[in-house]
Amino acid sequence: MISVRHLHKYFGTNHVLNDISEEINKGEKIVIVGPSGSGKSTFLRCLNLLEVPTSGQIIIDGVDITDKKTDINKVREQLGMVFQHFNLFPHLTVMQNLTLAPVKLKIMSKEEADEQAIKLLRRVGLEDKAKSYPNQLSGGQKQRIAIVRSLAMRPKIMLFDEPTSALDPEMVGEVLEVMKELANEGMTMAVVTHEMGFAREVGTRILIMDEGRIIEQAPPEEFFENPKQERTKEFLSKVLK
Amino acid sequence: MDILSALSAWFQTAGNNFYQAFLYADRYKLYLEGLQVTLTVTIAAIIFGTIFGIILALMKISSVKIFRFISIVYIDFIRGTPTMVQLLIAYLVIFTSPDASKMMVAIFAFSCNSAAYIAEIIRSGIISVDKGQHEAGRSLGLSKSQTMISIIMPQAARMILPTYASEFIVLVKETAIVGYIGLADLTKVQSVITSRTYEAFFPLIIIALIYLGVTTILSKLFAAMERKLNEHDKR
Repeated sequence: MISVRHLHKYFGTNHVLNDISEEINKGEKIVIVGPSGSGKSTFLRCLNLLEVPTSGQIIIDGVDITDKKTDINKVREQLGMVFQHFNLFPHLTVMQNLTLAPVKLKIMSKEEADEQAIKLLRRVGLEDKAKSYPNQLSGGQKQRIAIVRSLAMRPKIMLFDEPTSALDPEMVGEVLEVMKELANEGMTMAVVTHEMGFAREVGTRILIMDEGRIIEQAPPEEFFENPKQERTKEFLSKVLK
Repeated sequence: MDILSALSAWFQTAGNNFYQAFLYADRYKLYLEGLQVTLTVTIAAIIFGTIFGIILALMKISSVKIFRFISIVYIDFIRGTPTMVQLLIAYLVIFTSPDASKMMVAIFAFSCNSAAYIAEIIRSGIISVDKGQHEAGRSLGLSKSQTMISIIMPQAARMILPTYASEFIVLVKETAIVGYIGLADLTKVQSVITSRTYEAFFPLIIIALIYLGVTTILSKLFAAMERKLNEHDKR
């Protein structure tokens, strides 16, 4: 579904991604972990071209998105993205946040989008917030809204960039719960996170990055019980206390 | 008694002067006509200035080098020269044809002038919107311009409103120089009347109060708009 070939990314002279090649298949739940500054967020952001790779190819459903001729907006409709800082549109109501893109991009009519938005809000237990503005919501509520805002575009793949890192601890659970449900429904997901519990429970494959490379990858059981690389063991010993 | 008679004499003179300045020969109509000129120039200039200012602001943040260059040079020129000089350039250098209406020249000059200031106001508003807003819009599949129009601009508008309002108010007052090219605006009316009555006190007080009235109404209007735009901040 996603095929990454020899991806390199430089910020100035800083080599952030160093020759990454990776395949993500339909239905997989990839969890990307690693120390901060290892390039995991940059890697995720390259997948929908929020960061433009310095070299290499990213092919999504047969379309090379690094090709200048590709209409990236069309590709992005298939890729939902959830951010650490939610990035809800503060000047719009929750309802409008959910309907803006589908209506503007003529994917559905206003009525269909409204109907879908209510369904999505009900699904995350926030239908009573439809007319609220983002600033009236808690962090956990904002992130749940941000997730369904992406889902409103009916994406095939969902990218999560540290979705719980900016949340108060007591709100992490409610967001992870929504993500788990999504995973159970068969969504293809790539998640950058520090939540090892989530990685173990939901992930089908864990990638660990360090200094711009994927240094090891394995299914969760093997990854946590039997890591091969020294660097992985060191990382796990720090985060699993 | 002396004080009383002096006071009554003063009031009599003042009353007469006011009569001369405002009521005699329907002079109040001159003020109204002057006000109309002032408002026409101001409102036309703010409208064209805003349109042109948005274009300049977008040019200045554009990734195309030549656009940025043109915009920077233009803004620097306008901000670095007196408005008076710009008005005279418009009148004596650009519109030299005798058919050119003075009103049009004034509107042109002030539109060009306020565009530069408005461009800077808008640019600062746009760059103050969190980068994540742009990323969120783009990641949903919206194009650059759709994101700009539906997501960035509305948020920038709210941020720039107070400075935009003060630019509007400055413009009302700045137009007081159009008398130099022979337009009979509010300030010019004052000098016309004073030249007939040899008395400057009341005409000046009257036009000052009219300017004050206009600017007060404007700031109240913008304050109300600001409240409306900030509605979503209520918790």
